Amino acid sequence: MTIDESKLDSIINEYKAELGSLIPILQDIQAEYNYLPQEAMEYVAKKLVIPEVQVFGVATFFKSFSLKPRGKQQIHVCMGTACHVRGSKNVLGELERKLGIKAGDTTPDGEYTLETVNCVGACAIGPVVVENEEYHGQMTPIKVEGLLNNR
Amino acid sequence: MPGNTQKPNGNMVTFLLNGAEVQADPNWSLLEAIQFYGIDIPTLCHNEGLTPYGVCRLCVVEIENGTRAKLVISCMHPVTGGLKVRTHSNRVIKTRKMIMELLIARCPGSKKLQDMASRLELKEVRFEPLNDDCILCGLCVRMCDEQMAARAIGFAGRGADRYITTPFDINSEECRKCGACMYICPVCELRCQGPQAETTLCSGCINTEPVCAQNFDDAMCFMVPCLSCVKGPDDVK
Repeated sequence: MTIDESKLDSIINEYKAELGSLIPILQDIQAEYNYLPQEAMEYVAKKLVIPEVQVFGVATFFKSFSLKPRGKQQIHVCMGTACHVRGSKNVLGELERKLGIKAGDTTPDGEYTLETVNCVGACAIGPVVVENEEYHGQMTPIKVEGLLNNR
Repeated sequence: MPGNTQKPNGNMVTFLLNGAEVQADPNWSLLEAIQFYGIDIPTLCHNEGLTPYGVCRLCVVEIENGTRAKLVISCMHPVTGGLKVRTHSNRVIKTRKMIMELLIARCPGSKKLQDMASRLELKEVRFEPLNDDCILCGLCVRMCDEQMAARAIGFAGRGADRYITTPFDINSEECRKCGACMYICPVCELRCQGPQAETTLCSGCINTEPVCAQNFDDAMCFMVPCLSCVKGPDDVK
């Protein structure tokens, strides 16, 4: 994959290439590419004059950063305590079966990424599935069908 | 003075160290002051040539400032006037043994850790041995950064999945293969072959009599072997 350096430059210059702005820069890059390409991280390290390993450390520390390409649609299944006792495991299992992937993976056509999260702060309506920032409460394996309308 | 190039500038602070009134430079860390007065406390992630990191927690001491006593790590705690420091109180020793037990359970193959466990008289490990090859002390990371100026390795991941790696988990061009990280690593060395080397804890080095006064909170004696008041090993808890 080739990286458009001018695009990265405009992101980095927005933050005046300061050291403390590493996380917002990585967030903007992820918004642009849907994930963090290695070449982009190397470029950021060079521009901010910090070790590559520091950029890598930050990128692997936060769960919201992905080093692998992600799908266009992102599905997060809440596995927190409240959702767990109300059967989020079955919801996740149904999603895995329907999409043919395991949690943390992306479908081969690059359409869906399935991930688990530990709490989305909506325990009252659990089990919760977040599809592209949209919260779906009281999920059941049957309701999964409606979520993935084109599958 | 270990790890300290600054000379005392006259503005010394006075604090109580194991009941004795001592003076120290306020620029020193508590660990430096304790070592300056010749008291031996175990350290692992501390190295004179590197900045303190405070992850191994073995240099824990008990400080009293006012009414409450609390446990702090001495390598990152500043020396302040009026502090009451206890380096070998029962609470400290118990905590230190617990930390050592956790460390040795993670990496039972390290001779350095086995020796330290023996010195702390650790006699059993209640945790399942992991046989890992890293205790995440960060010595290699700091060595690479501060002394070798290569900055080729660092921490990645988080929590239980934290590990040390090169950028992007591939061979780094920044690494000069100098070997400094392996030199300083307390774990990647040959295992101690003590009499019970097959168990998690070798304990081969526990052959000196323990110092009895370590059981008092505010006083210590350093007579080895301890003959004055201990008749046998059963007298020491």
